[in-house]
Amino acid sequence: MSNASPHNTGGPSLLDRLPASIFPRVTGLHASALIIAILLIGLLIIPVFQVIYVAFLDPNTGALTLQNFVDFFRTSLFRESFWNSFYVSAMSVVFATVIALPLAYITTRFNFAGSVVIQSLGFIPLIMPPFVGAVAMQLIFGRNGTLNLLIEEKFGVNIPFMEGLNGVILVQSIHYFPFILINLSTSLRNIDRSMEEAAQNLGSQGMRLFRRIVFPLAMPGYVAGAALVFIKVFDDLGTPLLLNVNNMLAPQAFLRISSIGISDPMGYVISFILVAFSIFSLWASFLVMRGKDYSTVQKGGGGLSRRDLRTGEKIAAYVVVAFILILVLSPHIGLTLLSFATIWSFAPLPDGFTLQNYVVMWENSKQFITNTVIYAGIAAVLDVIIGTAIAYIVIRTGIWGRKSLDYLATAALAVPGVVLGIGYLRVFHSIDIPFTDKPMASWWVIIALALMIRRLPYALRACTAALQQVSLALEEAAESLGATKGSTIRRIVIPLMSGGILAGFVTSFATAAVELSATIMLVSSESDAPLAYGIYLFMQTPSGRGAGAALGVVAVIIVGLGTFLSQLMIERDKKFKSTDQSH
Amino acid sequence: MKRTFRASVAALALSSASAAFAADTVVVVTSFPNSMTGPIEAAFEAANPGIDLEILNKKTSAGVKYIQEISDANTADIFWASAPDAFEVLKGDGLLASVEINSDGIPEKIGAYPMNDPDGKYYGFAAAGYGIMWNERYLKAKKLEPAKNWAELKDAAYHGHVGMSAPSRSGTTHLTVETVLQGEGWDKGWAEWKWIGGNFSTVTERSFGVPDGVNTGNFGLGIVIDFFGFSSKASGFPVDFAYPEVTALVPANIAVVNNAPNETAAKTFVEYLLTPAGQEVLLDPAIMRLPINPATYANAPEGFPNPFEDGSIGAAVKFDVAKSGARYNLVNSMFDVMITYRLDDLRAAVGAVQAAEAKHASGDNAEAKALIAEARALIDANPIDEARSMDPEFAGIFTKKRKKASDTVGERQAEVEQRWDAMVVENYRKAKELADKAAAL
Repeated sequence: MSNASPHNTGGPSLLDRLPASIFPRVTGLHASALIIAILLIGLLIIPVFQVIYVAFLDPNTGALTLQNFVDFFRTSLFRESFWNSFYVSAMSVVFATVIALPLAYITTRFNFAGSVVIQSLGFIPLIMPPFVGAVAMQLIFGRNGTLNLLIEEKFGVNIPFMEGLNGVILVQSIHYFPFILINLSTSLRNIDRSMEEAAQNLGSQGMRLFRRIVFPLAMPGYVAGAALVFIKVFDDLGTPLLLNVNNMLAPQAFLRISSIGISDPMGYVISFILVAFSIFSLWASFLVMRGKDYSTVQKGGGGLSRRDLRTGEKIAAYVVVAFILILVLSPHIGLTLLSFATIWSFAPLPDGFTLQNYVVMWENSKQFITNTVIYAGIAAVLDVIIGTAIAYIVIRTGIWGRKSLDYLATAALAVPGVVLGIGYLRVFHSIDIPFTDKPMASWWVIIALALMIRRLPYALRACTAALQQVSLALEEAAESLGATKGSTIRRIVIPLMSGGILAGFVTSFATAAVELSATIMLVSSESDAPLAYGIYLFMQTPSGRGAGAALGVVAVIIVGLGTFLSQLMIERDKKFKSTDQSH
Repeated sequence: MKRTFRASVAALALSSASAAFAADTVVVVTSFPNSMTGPIEAAFEAANPGIDLEILNKKTSAGVKYIQEISDANTADIFWASAPDAFEVLKGDGLLASVEINSDGIPEKIGAYPMNDPDGKYYGFAAAGYGIMWNERYLKAKKLEPAKNWAELKDAAYHGHVGMSAPSRSGTTHLTVETVLQGEGWDKGWAEWKWIGGNFSTVTERSFGVPDGVNTGNFGLGIVIDFFGFSSKASGFPVDFAYPEVTALVPANIAVVNNAPNETAAKTFVEYLLTPAGQEVLLDPAIMRLPINPATYANAPEGFPNPFEDGSIGAAVKFDVAKSGARYNLVNSMFDVMITYRLDDLRAAVGAVQAAEAKHASGDNAEAKALIAEARALIDANPIDEARSMDPEFAGIFTKKRKKASDTVGERQAEVEQRWDAMVVENYRKAKELADKAAAL
């Protein structure tokens, strides 16, 4: 579509009289696209390139070569790692769907007490602080965790929940299913009720209605969530490492990059392949969505009509929801127990309970908590602003190269945190903070920017899914009534996207609050350190385990409260919309 | 709300700026946990009120990268960590300063290991030895006895109960591996590690993962550095620790970074650590490192090991630092290829041999005995011999540090590792096959 403003209404402005070749007509959208492109290049491409260009150098001569990539595919360990990563990612999407679908469906489709609580609790698994999450999962599901010790006592068998690739799949599905839940729920809420009513008038109901009408209409959200889960699991480092599974791509890259004094180019080759494969997966998810129109015009209906459950159904629903919630919240149950525990070793439950861990934690960590709220807040606000802008530019404009903005931003998902951290040190160490002679790399703002880049893909996917469901006709209507592009975006598009934007904000904020891999490289003084770093400090010592868990609980509570409040806002917004236009 | 937020942002910016510009701040990059740096920092600042220590905690590998990356506009004064090899890397890059440190009363050597860098680039401030840590409840439940020597860990009884970190992940673990290789000899040492590796429950990614796994009871025995054992026990976990006979005592080190912004104050801190007052802090129950000033042991709690009197600790092996350094990355890579990355294969092969041996314990079935011996030889087989490991050209493949642009190295690391991997996987598979066959007899 065209971006030309309606100049013919008035006389020619000053700008119009200037020669176009010297002063190209740049609309606000073009300018935003340019600024975002510069930001992404400066904060993502250049730092990452600073690190991974090694992948293209001959380690012996320093000349440019593709030999390292040949080596990659010739090495059986790497081929096996690649396949393992792929298998684990695909299976995680399947299991995450099994967990997320009932929760999303029950809470959006039926009048179900506690929907808001479930939606918030269902989000909590995403906030698994590093190290504590690991310890807590092992304490519950590990070889000698609560569950296995009890099972072994009763039945004399040991179930390997946490061993090998299956362990990774279990933990990843529990950890990342909220991506599907949150995006799918938003999509389900945005479905036009008239579509459902039309289907019902034609006699469709039950599973058939869900399979043929409701689920297909919610596809943008589902695909966005599933793609995120797939890419995230493919690139995720923490979980395989905590389970000590080495035969996957991301751990292979990490182990080779971060060993002392080793400059094996294969680590960088794997990083490059991770980035490339993530972009490829994203492109594939675009292909699935291409040529389909999911937008709906009517926005007054407030989503699917909800019906009451019959008593039997209600009991079944509660059982399903309770089972899923206990499963996905078990790491946090373990974390909470650990934070109150004295000693917990080879026993189903801790030896005793105490508040001492919280006292120790509170004495040492106030600064960490403030810093985290500031950094993650800055990162998440910037993420939704940039995410909304990119989504709009990609979907609604014809600006040249617009798709590459999307690919660029999403590529951040695949950049290992260590690589980004080292890249930032390289690029920003030689640049001084404005008006001082201190290098920028040791400025806390850099940490916030790194978090912003690392969490941008989450916000972007949520914003894109939201915009895909807003019909172009609504904007055209506004413009035909004389609204400018800017005010259409401000007054029509963004309010209609608000649910998705909020979802993006929450996801970015929550995950930024517990990120560690890039920040540990960038923290240059303890007073600038965020919470995840504080947890890391505690968890380095046997005596700090409880205090680290306590700080983890604080992180979960902060983020959980934020999520709960935004869920309340979404629900209120929806009620307001539907009561306003009830018929 | 918005205003408070903005105010706190401003306050934060100001506070971090003012801390950074204070006259006598010493920035210390360290891998040591808070529980150790905290008491030392408090004691030092009480003794030197004019100097403010700014502790920057990074794990050793991240700390080394950090110092390397910031070297052109250095902001760090001190690097402080356990593993001597991390210091060797920094020294090799010319990132450590030569400073004159007054170290009265500190001996030249700890066990067989030199206390300080011969070029005066880094100094030992505490000692540590490696040993075996175990969880009492775990062993009781599984009806096991604690292993007191490396060799005992090969026992079939411990199959699946042992944990260790990889030498490529943790400099301290590297020393343990190299100590056994030097103490037992190259081929015998590697065979020892592979048979112990066959009993591994897991190879952890961080060195702290091992004491953590033993503390939680995820596995029963762990190969750890002594202070992890002591401090876990001091925290109340049902664990204990013992030094095996073949172990090395090595110093934990401290160094002043080249072009340190505050070199004088940094030197003051290093010297303080070596004074009797500084050494005394190491006996804090949360720290539990071995002081290197023999006089300090007079105040040590009862039962605390004293390497200067108890000759059995760390005396058995003469640790050759030059040898260790020459093949540092090569040993890491071999361990990863043969054990870390192929743990499942190794475990299966070792498990099969153990099962076959249990079945033919009497040893009167000659055919089974031959098959088992063949399987054992396959697991023992090394891709390279010791002479090759000491060949600087071959070891150079794993460091990629070209001195001149014209220097070339014959092969690429990926090629060598692929060759080893193919051999190891095939050997383990064949060994399992033979052992299974022997067990079926």
